[in-house]
Amino acid sequence: MNNTIVLPIVIPIIAGMVMVICKNMIKLQRYLSIAVTLLIGAAAAFLLEQIKREGVQTLYLGGWEAPFGITLVADMFAVLLVLTTALITFCCLCYAFSSIGADREQHYFYPLTLFLMAGVNGSFLTGDIFNLFVFFEVMLVASYVLITLGGTKMQLRESVKYILINMISSSLFLIAIAFLYAMLGTLNMAHLSVRVAQAGQGGLMTAVAFLFLIVFSIKAGLFLFFWLPGPYSAPPTAIAALFASLLTKVGVYGIIRLFSLVFYHEPNVTHLFIGILAAVSMVLGAMGAVAYWDIRRILTYNVVVGVGFILAGFASFTLEGMRGAVYYLLHDMNVKALLFLLGGTIIHLTGTDKLKEMSGLIRLHPQLGWMFFLAALALSGIPPLSGFIGKLFVTTGTFQAGYFWLGGIGLFTGLLVLYSVMKIFMQVFWGYTNYTAETEKGTTKGLLWPLGILTAVVLFLGLGAEALSEYVDLAVAVLSDPRLYVDAVLSSNL
Amino acid sequence: MKEANDVILRTVSKAAVVIILTFSIHLFISGHHRPGGGFIGGLSFVAAIVLLFLVYGIDKVRRNIAVDFKKVAGIGVLISVFTGVGGMLAGKNFLYQTFGQVHLPVFGQTELATAVLFDVGVALAVIGTSLTIIMSIGDDR
Repeated sequence: MNNTIVLPIVIPIIAGMVMVICKNMIKLQRYLSIAVTLLIGAAAAFLLEQIKREGVQTLYLGGWEAPFGITLVADMFAVLLVLTTALITFCCLCYAFSSIGADREQHYFYPLTLFLMAGVNGSFLTGDIFNLFVFFEVMLVASYVLITLGGTKMQLRESVKYILINMISSSLFLIAIAFLYAMLGTLNMAHLSVRVAQAGQGGLMTAVAFLFLIVFSIKAGLFLFFWLPGPYSAPPTAIAALFASLLTKVGVYGIIRLFSLVFYHEPNVTHLFIGILAAVSMVLGAMGAVAYWDIRRILTYNVVVGVGFILAGFASFTLEGMRGAVYYLLHDMNVKALLFLLGGTIIHLTGTDKLKEMSGLIRLHPQLGWMFFLAALALSGIPPLSGFIGKLFVTTGTFQAGYFWLGGIGLFTGLLVLYSVMKIFMQVFWGYTNYTAETEKGTTKGLLWPLGILTAVVLFLGLGAEALSEYVDLAVAVLSDPRLYVDAVLSSNL
Repeated sequence: MKEANDVILRTVSKAAVVIILTFSIHLFISGHHRPGGGFIGGLSFVAAIVLLFLVYGIDKVRRNIAVDFKKVAGIGVLISVFTGVGGMLAGKNFLYQTFGQVHLPVFGQTELATAVLFDVGVALAVIGTSLTIIMSIGDDR
């Protein structure tokens, strides 16, 4: 029993509800939301140390032991993601202070962001598959409101697509859970793992696994990403950055958790198929990123490439590949948030998202330019920045598993990604400066320091990879050996 | 919505609202051991208010029940979450519930459970949320 696990879920809900009651006290809401992200960060850091010392931590809600009640499970992988979520939400909130506008602040922006965070943290920490569905819905409902908040024409149009596609995937999710429950008679993920191992993962079970794969692929934007570019470029910068770095990654987390804990018996079918989907989405995403000349589109297609690359590492199902997937996942969350915030700042300054109408911004905003340069290099995995170590391990992993085509596609699309972001950098920051401080559409006042924090994290993830390796290794240990997870959850009664 | 000759509707609903509200409280309390509980208790409470909306119009009801239902929902969730946190403070698991037999003056030997507090929160959350939804859809403003 470890009650700390529930804090990342409960704190944002309590604070969010207090904010709903104190609707007009915007100052209070700002301070409170910052305090919440810091508290969750502290709780996650505390949990990290505890897991390092004592192994996977569990909490039986209400004292109902697994597999009967709902169990929260904090393993290293989940808690690393919770910590990253807290960091990114912190930066996005700070960025929102001076960019989101009084109108959205009045209409529950801060509580909604915290509910989103509660949903994301809950999805990471729950050990019960139906509860995972519930936390997905908590997160999605908050995101439905955030995407329409402000009610511009583009937001409303894109929100229809977004809500429809998520409705479909959620109902498929529910159907898949029903199948699973009908066949195995349990919903606790550790117990599912035991039962699948006992009964064997036959054809029918693999079919259900594919149903789950479809669900999470839609959410993660793995291959089924046709819905993604629109909705992710519609909302204001701070919200888009949150979406890009958190929402798809929850889908990725779902795939990794389910296919390492429950459906890991037929890697030649399921994991190979994940690898194929990853390859296709890397290629298509890179094509999209290269083709467009519009900052938002380029960045959203890069989200798809990132998702593909993480799952390429996981699909190899080797230790190295999974280590790479964990590293790259942490990196990708940070760098996507950073790039979306940077891109949004550029659009805010120039008043347009067309690359061809911008040039020479570096003369007025050198910090912005250099941060973008660093982020671009990190995104494509240039050493010593954060993407490198993940890319190295993912590629090694895929080669070890014999999936040379997968590693090759990963490396090749990496080049296209580099081209697509360098294209932004050269168009926006190089060239003749046709702006002056007066003709600019906005200022960077109060926007740069959250970007600075994220850039520092990107540098740290690259240069300090050694310090992180201990934690990542523990995360991979649980992913590659489901018994560690199962024993922690069911030890007392099976 | 409110016509001149809806005397029957008005007369019946005056009685019906009281009955529905009583029934919703009955559902709420019986939920501890039998079918019922905070969720459907709250929903049937909302049904009574909706009947009032239909008969007297939203504006009139809003003037008489001057409560911001978004805040009701917020308070409800807070109550529920804090009963969960209460378990933590007592050194037990989050959401731990307990009960005991208490001798009350009028009711005699009564079973009191902390789960009821949780249910109060659920009921308030349901009332607040559904009335907010209905009022924002039904409103012309």
